Amino acid sequence: MTNRREFIKISLLGAGALAAGAGGYSFFRQSSSVPDSGILPTDLKRTPTYCEVCFWKCAGWVYKTPEGRIWKITGNDEDQHCNGRFCPRGTGGVGMYYDTDRLKTPLIRVEERGRQVFREASWDEALDHIASKMKAIASQYGPESMALFTHGSGSSNFTNLMNAYGTANIAEPSYAQCRGPRDEAFFATFGEEVYSPEITDIRDTRCLVLIGSHIGENMHNGQIQEMSDAIDKGASIITVDPRFSTAAGKSKYWLPIKPSTDIALLLAWMNEIISKEYYDKKYVEKYCYGFEQLRNHVKDFTPEWAYGITTIAPDLIRKTAKEMANASPAVLIHPGRHVTWYGDDTQRIRAIAILNALMGSWGRRGGFYRPARISVAGARIPPYKEPSKTWQDLFPGKYPVAGSVPTNILIDASIPENNPGYPVKGWIINGTNLLSTIPDINTTTKAIQNLDLIVAIDTMPMEYTGWADVVLPECTYLERYDIIRTSPHRKPQIALRMPAAEPMYNTKPGYWIARELSKKLGLEAYFPYEKQEDLLDWQLKQLGTSLSEMKNIGVKTFEREYDDLYFAPDEQAEFATDSGKIELYSSYLEQYGFDPMPSYVPHEEPPEGFYRLIYGRAPMHTFGRTSNNPNLTELMDENKVWINPKVAREWGLRNDQEIWLRNQDGHVSDFPIKVRITERIRWDSVYMVHGFGHTQKQMTRCYGKGASDTGLITKVLVDPIMGGTGMRSNFVTFLTEKEEQEAAL
Amino acid sequence: MRYAMAVDTRKCVGCSDCVVACQTENNVPHGFCRDWVVEVMDGTYPQLEMEIRSERCNHCVNAPCVRCCPTGASHFAEGGIVLVKKTECIGCGACIASCPYDARYPHPDGYVDKCTFCEHRILKGMKPACVEVCPTKCMYFGDLDDPNSDVSVVLKKRKYKTLIPEAGTNPQLYFLI
Repeated sequence: MTNRREFIKISLLGAGALAAGAGGYSFFRQSSSVPDSGILPTDLKRTPTYCEVCFWKCAGWVYKTPEGRIWKITGNDEDQHCNGRFCPRGTGGVGMYYDTDRLKTPLIRVEERGRQVFREASWDEALDHIASKMKAIASQYGPESMALFTHGSGSSNFTNLMNAYGTANIAEPSYAQCRGPRDEAFFATFGEEVYSPEITDIRDTRCLVLIGSHIGENMHNGQIQEMSDAIDKGASIITVDPRFSTAAGKSKYWLPIKPSTDIALLLAWMNEIISKEYYDKKYVEKYCYGFEQLRNHVKDFTPEWAYGITTIAPDLIRKTAKEMANASPAVLIHPGRHVTWYGDDTQRIRAIAILNALMGSWGRRGGFYRPARISVAGARIPPYKEPSKTWQDLFPGKYPVAGSVPTNILIDASIPENNPGYPVKGWIINGTNLLSTIPDINTTTKAIQNLDLIVAIDTMPMEYTGWADVVLPECTYLERYDIIRTSPHRKPQIALRMPAAEPMYNTKPGYWIARELSKKLGLEAYFPYEKQEDLLDWQLKQLGTSLSEMKNIGVKTFEREYDDLYFAPDEQAEFATDSGKIELYSSYLEQYGFDPMPSYVPHEEPPEGFYRLIYGRAPMHTFGRTSNNPNLTELMDENKVWINPKVAREWGLRNDQEIWLRNQDGHVSDFPIKVRITERIRWDSVYMVHGFGHTQKQMTRCYGKGASDTGLITKVLVDPIMGGTGMRSNFVTFLTEKEEQEAAL
Repeated sequence: MRYAMAVDTRKCVGCSDCVVACQTENNVPHGFCRDWVVEVMDGTYPQLEMEIRSERCNHCVNAPCVRCCPTGASHFAEGGIVLVKKTECIGCGACIASCPYDARYPHPDGYVDKCTFCEHRILKGMKPACVEVCPTKCMYFGDLDDPNSDVSVVLKKRKYKTLIPEAGTNPQLYFLI
C-alpha cells in the first residue's frame, strides 16, 4: 500500500456507526419483526408500483408485513426498465413514505413570502384560495399568465388542468436544465430523439463511449445493468471526463480532458475517422446527408490540433478512434442525459450524434435500437381552448428550436423589468424544487416576489415550498394510483402503479387535487372520472387487459408489431429531417441562423486561485429530492468537495476540513462543506455531488449538510438554440475561516 | 455443503444498493449495517486505478469470532455460515474485537449482529437480498461443493483474491479481479 493510496468506505460500517438520524425517526425500520420470524416476500401480500424516486420509473412490488406496514420494495422481473432489480434509491423508496418530515396538511401563508409562516388549512379552503386567485389572474391578465413547473408522473394531472384553464406555459426542468440540448441535437440529426429510457443498446455494444456521462454514479438502472453485461461480454469502455469517475475506473481508455473542450475532441475524432476512412462507408452513403461538407469542415481538426486544447495526447485520440472503428457499427457514443454544461450544448451533442452516424450505429445492434411503445387512450374530454399567447410571445425570437418550454423563459417573464410580451403572474409548482434546480437563485427569488400566486404541490417541505402562498401535500407514490407507464423500450410494455397503503396524514393524490381544483374552476368536464382507477380500468380494457389483471401482474409486455429492432440490411430507412436523411450537415439549424456543423469555441477559464465547479450524481440520491430520505441519508448524508492533492497542498487543506466555497461573483456557500482530497479530480476543477446544502429547516435530516452547487451557479451560459442553461461555467475558491466567510458576505 | 460468495470488482459501481436492501430485508436498526462498500484508489492523476468492493462478513472457515465467543452464541450453521444466536449472546464484544474485517456491530437490543448470508432466504432456495437486488449482478452466491453453483462456476473462470489472507481465517468471500 503506497501513501498515495486512498481508502474510502462509501457507506457506513456497523462497528463505528453513528447513532440513529435526527428528526424523531424511529430507531428501527419497522415495528414488526419481519426477518426474525422468517417471513419471506413470497408469503406476503404484494402490490405493484413503478418507482417515483427518479425518472427511470422501474416497475416493482411493494411488500407489506402481516401487520399491514409497508416493508420493502423489489423489482418486477418482467420489467424492461429494471429486470427485477431496483437501485438503492428504489429499494430505499420506503423511506419517502416513512419520512416524518413530510408535508402533512394544506398550508396557507400568513406572512410575507420566504418567511415560511403558514397556517394549517382544510383542503376546501386551500383549493378555494387557489381557484379565486387563478380566476383573478385569468380575468385581469388572461390565463396565459399562469405557468406550471412540473416533474414526474403527477405532471399529467396538472398539465391537463392547466391546458383546460387555457395556458400552455408548462415547463419541466428536465428540458432546459437537463436533456433538452440532446433531444434537439438528435432531432436535428436523425429526426428523432433518444427517449427515456434511452434507446441505447448498451447490452450488445462492443465499445461504449461516455462523454462526461457517469453511468454508475448516475443510477439509470437499466443502463447500469447493461453496462455490466457489456463488461461481462468484453466490451471496451472509453470515458472522457476531467474526473476519474466510477465508469472511468472500468474503462479501457480514460481521457482526462480539460473541462469545456469536448467539442474539440469530438471534431478530432471525426477528422481521424474520416481521414483514415474508418467510417461506415455504405451506411454514410445510403443514409447520410452532407458528408462532403463535414469532411471539408473537419479536415484541419487533427488530433495534434486538439491536443493543445483538450490536453489529450494525439496518440490517445487516434487509438480511441481506432477502438471505435474496430467495434463499428456496434459502437455507442452515449448521448448523455444531463447535458446543459457550457451553452453550446446542442452543438456538442450534435457532434456526438454525427460521430454515431459516421460509425453507422443508429438503428444497429450495439448502437441505438428502434423503440416500440403502446399508446393508451386518453379520457374523452372537451377540446382545450387554444391559448391566444404562448411562451414564444414572451420574448419573440428567442430559442427558436426549443421543442418544449424552457423553464428559465417563464421565470424571466415573471420579472416585469425584463419587459416580456405579456406578464406571468402565477406559478403552480409540482414536484420540482426550483431553487435547487434552476441556476441563478437570485433571479428565481426576484421573479417570485412579483407573482400574485404561488402554489407548491409536493410530498416534502423543500426550499420552494417555503416561498409558496399555498402548499398542498401530495401523498407519495406508494399511496396513490398514477398514469399507466408506457415508456418506449425494446418491446411495448405497460406498468401499473397502485396504492400499497392509504395516504398518510391529510395528504392526497395528485389526480384528486387536480380534479377538485378543476371543479372550483368550472373545469370538471376535463376530469370525467371521479376516481383515477376508473379511468385506468377503462384505459386498460382498451389494451385488452384490466385493472384487476394488472394488479396481479404489475407489468404487461406486448409483442412488437414488426421485427424491426434494428435496420434490416437492405432497409430504405427514412428519417424525419428536411432531407429525409441523417443530417451530418443540418439545414434545419442553418435556417435558424445556427452553425450547420459544430465548431469548437473556447470557453472562459478559471482565474488564478479559482477552480471550475463540476457537479454530478451519487448513486444513492436523486437530485436534491432524496436528501432527507431516512434510508438514503444513511448511505450518504452530505456532499464533499473533491480537491486534487496538489491543490490541497497549496492551500494547506486536510481531509474532512470544513471550508466555504466562494464563486467568481462573490457568492459564498450557505454552509461549510468537507474537503475530500482525491486524485480522482483534475487540478483545475473541483467536484461535488448535486442536491445537498439544503436551507429548508423542516428537512431535519439534511438541513445544513454539505453545500449546494446551485447556490454557486450564478453565471449561466444559455444555449441560444433551445434555451438550455449551461451550468459548468462557474469557478470557486476556498474560504478556510468562518471570519473570511462572514467578511465575504 | 460450503456456502460462499464472490463479488466482481470489475462490475461493482459502489451504489450501496446491497447495503440498503440488506438493511430493509433484515430490519437492521438505523445507523448500522451488515454490509458496506469500500473504494480503493491507487496512483496519481491521470494514472489511476480503482477497485470497488461490496464487503460483509467473510463467513471464515477458521473464524476467530466463533473461537473467542465465551457463550457459544457465535457458531457455525449448516454450510459454514457464521451466525450469532442472539438469546445466548451477552454482548461482550469479544467477537467484534477479534474480527479482522470489522464485520460485526453491537445491536441496540444488547446482542451482536452481522451478515447471515440471509440464511432465512437461502433455506427457502432464494438468494441473499444483496445478491438478488444488485443492478450490476456483480455478486455470485452458492455452494462451493456444488460445481455448478454460480459461485463455483465464476471462481473457476476468473482470477480472484480474498481479504487479509494473512490472518489465516480462510475467508469465504471472494473478490473477482
